[in-house]
Amino acid sequence: MRHIDFTRNETLVGLIILAFCAIAAISDPGFLSMPTLTDLLRGGIVLGIFAVAALLVLISGGIDVSFTAVAAFTMYTTAMILNTWAPGVPWWGAFLLAMGIGAGLGAINGVFIAGFGLPTLIVTLGTLSVFRGFMLTFIGSKQITTLPPGMREFGRMMVIRGTNPDGSFYSLHAAILVTVGAVVLTWAILHRTMLGRSIFAIGGSVESARRIGINVRRTQFFVYVYVGMLAGLAGVIHASMARVANPFDLVGLELSVIAAVVLGGARLAGGYGTLTGTLLGVTLIVLVRNSLVVLGIPSTWQSVAVGVLLLIGTGLPAWQAKRAAARAA
Amino acid sequence: MTNSRFATLIAGPEARLAVIALIVFVAMAILSPDRFLSVQNMTSMAFQFPEFAILALAMTLTMLTGGIDLSVVGLANLSAIVAATILTTYAGPTATGSAAFLWLGIASAVALAIGALGGLFNGIAIAVFGLPPILATLGSGLIFTGFAVALTGGSAVMGFPAVVAWLGNGTVVGIPVPLILFALLALALSFVLTRTAFGVRVQMFGANPLAARFAAIDVTGLLIRVYVASGILGSIAGMLVMSRANSAKADYGSSYLLLAVLIAVLGGVNPYGGYGRVIGVVLAVLTMQFLSSGLNMLGVSNFARELIWGVLLIFVMIVNTRLVYRPRKPKPLT
Amino acid sequence: MTAPSAPLIAMEGVTKTYSGITALADIGFTIGAGEAVCLAGENGSGKSTLIKILAGVEQPDRGCIHFGGVEQGPLNPRLSAAAGVMVIFQDFSIFPNLSVAENIAFSAGLAQSHRLYARARVRALATATLARVGVDMNLDAPVETLSVAHKQLVAICRALACDARLIIMDEPTTALTEREVRALLTIIRRLKSDGVAVLFVSHKLAEVLEVCEKVVVLRNGRKVAEGPATEFDAASLTRHMTGRDVAETPPGPVDPAALVLMQVRGLAKSGAFDDVSFDLRAGEVLGISGLLGSGRTSLAKALFGLVAPDEGSVTVDGHVVPLGDPLAAARSGVGYVPEDRLTEGLFLMQSIARNVAIGRLEAHGQSGILDFAGLWGEAVEWLRKLNVKAPDVDAPVRSLSGGNQQRVVLARWLSRSPRVLVLNGPSVGVDVGSKADIHGIIRELSAQGLGVIVISDDLPELLATCHRILVMKGGCVTEDIAGDATTEADLAHRLAS
Repeated sequence: MRHIDFTRNETLVGLIILAFCAIAAISDPGFLSMPTLTDLLRGGIVLGIFAVAALLVLISGGIDVSFTAVAAFTMYTTAMILNTWAPGVPWWGAFLLAMGIGAGLGAINGVFIAGFGLPTLIVTLGTLSVFRGFMLTFIGSKQITTLPPGMREFGRMMVIRGTNPDGSFYSLHAAILVTVGAVVLTWAILHRTMLGRSIFAIGGSVESARRIGINVRRTQFFVYVYVGMLAGLAGVIHASMARVANPFDLVGLELSVIAAVVLGGARLAGGYGTLTGTLLGVTLIVLVRNSLVVLGIPSTWQSVAVGVLLLIGTGLPAWQAKRAAARAA
Repeated sequence: MTNSRFATLIAGPEARLAVIALIVFVAMAILSPDRFLSVQNMTSMAFQFPEFAILALAMTLTMLTGGIDLSVVGLANLSAIVAATILTTYAGPTATGSAAFLWLGIASAVALAIGALGGLFNGIAIAVFGLPPILATLGSGLIFTGFAVALTGGSAVMGFPAVVAWLGNGTVVGIPVPLILFALLALALSFVLTRTAFGVRVQMFGANPLAARFAAIDVTGLLIRVYVASGILGSIAGMLVMSRANSAKADYGSSYLLLAVLIAVLGGVNPYGGYGRVIGVVLAVLTMQFLSSGLNMLGVSNFARELIWGVLLIFVMIVNTRLVYRPRKPKPLT
Repeated sequence: MTAPSAPLIAMEGVTKTYSGITALADIGFTIGAGEAVCLAGENGSGKSTLIKILAGVEQPDRGCIHFGGVEQGPLNPRLSAAAGVMVIFQDFSIFPNLSVAENIAFSAGLAQSHRLYARARVRALATATLARVGVDMNLDAPVETLSVAHKQLVAICRALACDARLIIMDEPTTALTEREVRALLTIIRRLKSDGVAVLFVSHKLAEVLEVCEKVVVLRNGRKVAEGPATEFDAASLTRHMTGRDVAETPPGPVDPAALVLMQVRGLAKSGAFDDVSFDLRAGEVLGISGLLGSGRTSLAKALFGLVAPDEGSVTVDGHVVPLGDPLAAARSGVGYVPEDRLTEGLFLMQSIARNVAIGRLEAHGQSGILDFAGLWGEAVEWLRKLNVKAPDVDAPVRSLSGGNQQRVVLARWLSRSPRVLVLNGPSVGVDVGSKADIHGIIRELSAQGLGVIVISDDLPELLATCHRILVMKGGCVTEDIAGDATTEADLAHRLAS
């Protein structure tokens, strides 16, 4: 058997998930069931897309807190545009529109970060409030309860339906396929294109990347556009599944998403991060959000639980690295 | 030497900011002369800004070391909720006189202690365990907010003795108490940063943490003290919010985090550490408050204000990175 | 395409000035295919400007460059790279988070405008390139886990993978151990037989002379010597680089009755150094030398508490110094001037005065409030004593030259009136004139009764300043030599053997 590397975040998070499930299964035998699984997957749909986006930014050595605002802006604007001008557009048309709007907003981040070279945290904190403020001031601040038909249609699509022994129903939304698609596409970009390798390279060392002729600005710009596109997609999926476009939704999630990605082993300094780790991190966060009660912990404590996990998940490797550095010296 | 000091003062971001503050003030005064310049507006502004201004002081201090404190609002709310719980449980809305004062004193002391403890937690995570400040305070912020939610179930704690309102709404010789509090804290921070060894060390550490270690500066102690101070400032802001709102809740002031970062950056504090002056932060606070009140009077919604803040933050960053942080080319010395 | 007789690279009359200061004046030399050339010069002699011009990063004001006999117009980095000119910078410019294979193949992939990343292609290229230099490495190992020598190898392979015709190596040997240098030379010989030319650029080139055909020496932007490598040796290289013939006067004898200031007993740290013991007397300058990896830097840091030793003791003036705590070491009267001035020593953007005063905050702030008049006055006084040429002490310290910057760090420590001063590489990156001045300061300090420890691999420096030299090998002190009982050649032999 291969040696298990406990310094890897993936291992750590995987073990915590296993422990969580084991304890949950003991205290509630009904935990290990199809409904739990579908709930978990459902909870991970939007979060998963966000996490993939956040991972890409972290690998490139930046941090983006504006993607939830991009998603909220996009879903609201898409619903409004389609309702006003093009109610007949099918669901995939809504998706394309949302991806376009999201990419446009991401490009704004890209201009300030790649073009002006501003610190990513400050820029995206700024655009977070710009996107949100612009939407709420100029586009609207009331929920759209009647979504365009295309989005409504998508909202009803399921890939799995079933009945529990007790007669209640469970189902899994088709949007999970979009999340899977986003993961696969991002994996392909990161690991099968020079662009993806350049993202890793600039995260590893911007200076070296410049010296060997990587177009750092273009790569960074791509990252923020792509992230905007994914965020737009996540936004329109969120609205479709919730059957309402609430402009106050989503914003506020960004730090939990980043927490999930960092838990999965991505480093703030850039250059490191895996999709496996990210998905494990998302799983853990969703588990905590959905099922903390099963462990006998009231759900009001979930924020504490996420905070503690984040500190342990990032603190252990940081502490080990610090000790290793002291030993080596 | 005096000359060059004067030149640096003019070239610094503070001078530009003073001009911006003045322009905003004059613009608002012209656009809405009767209301903006009214005594009533001036007073209400003086009551409004101190709470987020104090958070901005906390942010300034941590940013000077090249860090950031994302937990400061969570800690403010947690301190306020504990203080509020003490006040409602032991004093209650009907308490008056010395008993009410006593409990207010106890509640404030506990709030400050929680702020200090929370800051100590951050400081240890950052200085001893080597966590990046963003992650450490992001995690601890979740924990502090989480505790606040868990303690209250997410609802507001209310029903204080009347004296509590004095903290946020009272005046002393006509000057609002929150303003006095902010002025004292700003003066104290300015004094500490410019006149004490600790302040110089904070700035030197922010400029180059490694060189600080090699210059035999107690880096661990320094960082812990910075985050403890930030936590205490947070809890003071929390008490002010509690007093003005006459209640405490886990999600009060959620927009203040962005605002505090914005004010610090607007005030010329270098987010990479090493540079920042309290006078800049005070000017930034005033600018924001003038802008905020003026826009409010012009009938601009809260949401538009958020938009304007964001634009301002990015604009200021562009100006500052182009003019300030970018080192001027050294003169060749032969 | 290429005329068979034309040299690979030829430079003629290359001149470059920066805002009126001549960095390079009328430089001309040639490099043939498969030839290794040494470009020697002190810091500030114009070496790095020359590298930048060849790499196409900077344009010369005058003069022309021929690649393969064809005169080139204005170069840019892309054109230079296409012509096969590859620079390996001192920091290697590699990606710590990527694998060996990927680092090797990255530039080639970019140059060929690949859009997709094919693992098989990358591994094949990496394997082939490693085979060219005759080295076996784990292709999947992340580069951050490699030793310095292997990182350098990855950088060489990356250049080769891009069809390098000329590899320019900036300070290639400074971070290598003796054995690693030998291994590097073997690789260079293979490259040369493969038709690849190499340009070594360094201020310390004696080690690579044996594989070189030609030596070019720069001083103050001018070519002061050129000739076959066989006509040069370490001493003549130094003479040409510095323009001085006479060695500095060695220090006078130490008073044998002088008190023992610092006592080190059985200091050990696993993996770094072992059982180090010595005494340092008042007024004595003790040199500690050794090749990289000999433990000299770890030992220096341990004396100042930056590294925590596993066992042993250090006493200063008879008082035990708590180990692993820089604050305690500083309080006991130990000062430390670090090797890497820019990142470890200075607060570059802060004022010159502050950079000195940071060491004396306690003394002038006992009441909690700083006495600025006293603090600044003292700082300015020390700057004056050390002859720092600064027009304005409020200017950022980065505006100073290397030599003046080093004096600022010295002033910081001297103002604390230390008992023992540990100087790690006191004249690294300092121009020749300042170097002699710094040696003068060291001699003066010892005359005042300070104990000074000089950690250096610059042998003439050690001979010029030290009463006694400890030689370290593999973490142990192997020899304890009196400064006046050895010569440069003897010392070099003892270090290497």
